[in-house]
Parts: sequence; C-alpha cells; structure tokens
Amino acid sequence: MHEVSLIENVIALVEHERTKSAFARVSMIRLRLGALGHAEPDALRFCFAAVTAGTIAEGSGLEIEIVPGEGWCPDCGNTVALAQRFDACPVCQGNQVKMTAGDDLRVVEMEVA
Amino acid sequence: MCTVCGCATARHGDGHAHLHGNGHGHDHRDHAIDFGEGLAGVTVPGMSQERTITIERDILARNAIHAQANRDLLDASGAFALNLLSSPGSGKTTLLVRTIAALQDRWSLAVIEGDQQTSLDAERIRQTGVPAVQINTGKGCHLDAHMVGHALDQVPLDAGGLVFIENVGNLVCPAAFDLGEDARVVVLSVTEGEDKPLKYPDMFAAADLMVLNKSDLLPHLDFDVEACRAAALRVNPDLPILIVSARTGAGIDAFAAWIEARAALVGKRR
Repeated sequence: MHEVSLIENVIALVEHERTKSAFARVSMIRLRLGALGHAEPDALRFCFAAVTAGTIAEGSGLEIEIVPGEGWCPDCGNTVALAQRFDACPVCQGNQVKMTAGDDLRVVEMEVA
Repeated sequence: MCTVCGCATARHGDGHAHLHGNGHGHDHRDHAIDFGEGLAGVTVPGMSQERTITIERDILARNAIHAQANRDLLDASGAFALNLLSSPGSGKTTLLVRTIAALQDRWSLAVIEGDQQTSLDAERIRQTGVPAVQINTGKGCHLDAHMVGHALDQVPLDAGGLVFIENVGNLVCPAAFDLGEDARVVVLSVTEGEDKPLKYPDMFAAADLMVLNKSDLLPHLDFDVEACRAAALRVNPDLPILIVSARTGAGIDAFAAWIEARAALVGKRR
C-alpha cells in the first residue's frame, strides 16, 4: 500500500512549509487527486491518522478533491470522459485515447495555526 | 550522510547505524540497508495565527528530487541503470542470474536488490561474483529514489557499468516511483494471467520492455501468448515484448542484446 508513503511525502511537504513560515499545528490538509491516478482516496484516508500521529500534521483533517478522468481520441477527435485509464473511446470505440486529465497527485493547500 | 537530503544513513541490517565518509572505510556490500524504521516525531514550536497556506506541489516532489540526483550521478559516471519490476515469483532473480552470465564478460555489473525482508536475493547474486546491495524496505511495498540513492553509494559506478535494480515484487506501487533509472523492464511469467497488463495497467504503461518469462512451461499451461501481447499493447502500444525462459536460457541473448542497445541509445557504452 503505497498510500502510506504518499502521506509520508505529504508530511514532508508540510514540514518543508514550516521552514518558511512558523506554525504550531495543521488543522486541514487539502489534496487534489486524479480519478485515473494510482492513489486510492479511501486508502489515503484510512492511513492518514496513523501515519500523521506524532508528526506536525497530527490531528489534522484531510480533504480530497477528485479531478475526473478525461482523454482525447485521435480517431474521432472528441474529448471524452474516461472512467478507466485505458478505456476505449465511448464515441467511436477507438483504443488510442490519450489521457489529458485525471492523473493529479498534489497537495493544494493547508490550514495552519 | 545522504548528499541530497542530509539524513543520517539508514540503519544497516546487522543493527549498526552510522554516517558514511568518516574514514573508517569498511565494506558495506554484505550488509542490508534497512528502511523499516518509521518517521521520527517532530517538535512543535510556539503558536501563531490561523491561516491557509497554498502549496500546490506534487506529492511525489521529494521523490522526484532524489530521482534526479540518482540520474545525475548515473549520467556523470556513465553507468546504465535498469529497474526490474514484477509481481513476486515471476523469476526476476533467476532472470538476473542468467543475464549476468550473458553480460559479465563485457560489462562491469552491480545489483541492487529490494525486498521487505532478508538478504536471500543479494546472496544469490553475490554467488555469481557480482557485487550486490540488499535494501530491506520493512513494511514498504516499493523502492523509492531515496533508498536507491543510498544503495548507489555502495556500488561501483563507472562508464561500462550496468546496474540492475530489482524492485520489490509488486505490480502496483513501484510503478509510481521514479528511481532515476535509465529504463524500466516489467517481467511477467506465464503462470500468471494473460490479462495482467489490463489489471495492472500503470506498471505496463510505464515500462520500456516486457519480458514474458517461464516460457518453458507454456506446453503445460493454457496461457495465451497472443492474448497477453494484445493486452500489453493496449496499455502501451509501443511496448517491445521478449519471450524468455530464465530456467533454460531461451531468449536471454535477446534480452541482453536489448539492454546493450538501450544503453547505447542513451550514450552509455561498455
């Protein structure tokens, strides 16, 4: 479950932020996650409390914004919604759809005090 | 001491932990590097006002920095590094032992082995005469660029050098972690399903080569090679595929030739 490592990386980003501006605690961390990315939101939420325990982010809330998957089909020229990374084009059934959105894995912002 | 992050070195498998570069110069190649220790707690300074801080950074930004440092180190030395990925039991270590025999005369080889526990794989590699560093990830399910950076400090890196990184057996998580390698090889064995590339698309999409291993077992199985090839090409239309038996040695020469061609492609020659 690499979601544990991802949360450790989030904590590292929070700690890096603290070298720039002083704060004592974090009340909320907001992530942006692509629906077609490799991280599972439920798994991130599941391990968040355990991984942040004893760190600067202990007790923080976690909000995850999901970016829907989207692709461009070179066969029919349409921009289409993608439920899975390698789905066929829902318009022309072509198999060459190139993913254009939905691969995000970012820390957007956090609320601190 | 890690030159990228400044961290004290990871604990070695035999329980000692120390900083490198202190001049006592003992050989680490028989030790495992243990990353099973958790994050240290941190202290909290005084209070300040509640506010929102915009970060907008990739969660894997830190891994990307370490990966770039590894890439710079490899490029400066001229050594070529290959990341080998697969599920557990696909025959990665046996494939490596065979491939070492095919390339040993022409290249200066080294192996970085990733497993949750034990140094069994590194010991198998050392029996071929090639230096091997074992990374134990503890609870971790993948190698990250930071771990590999520490291991690269312990293997000889020269022009004409070839470093194999055998990742933790796992078709999911290692796909997300750039190690700074020159190429990625995904190994699939015919005792797994032909639909694996569709079930674990991230891994196959990120690969530069697919090796279909254990081909000697094909007469005993219902495995459909063409269906497997079609599944792999659906997620990665340009993926070259080699059919190999690490047990009999069939196809190993083609794999060795692909490695040499790929190294030449990025300007790394023996």
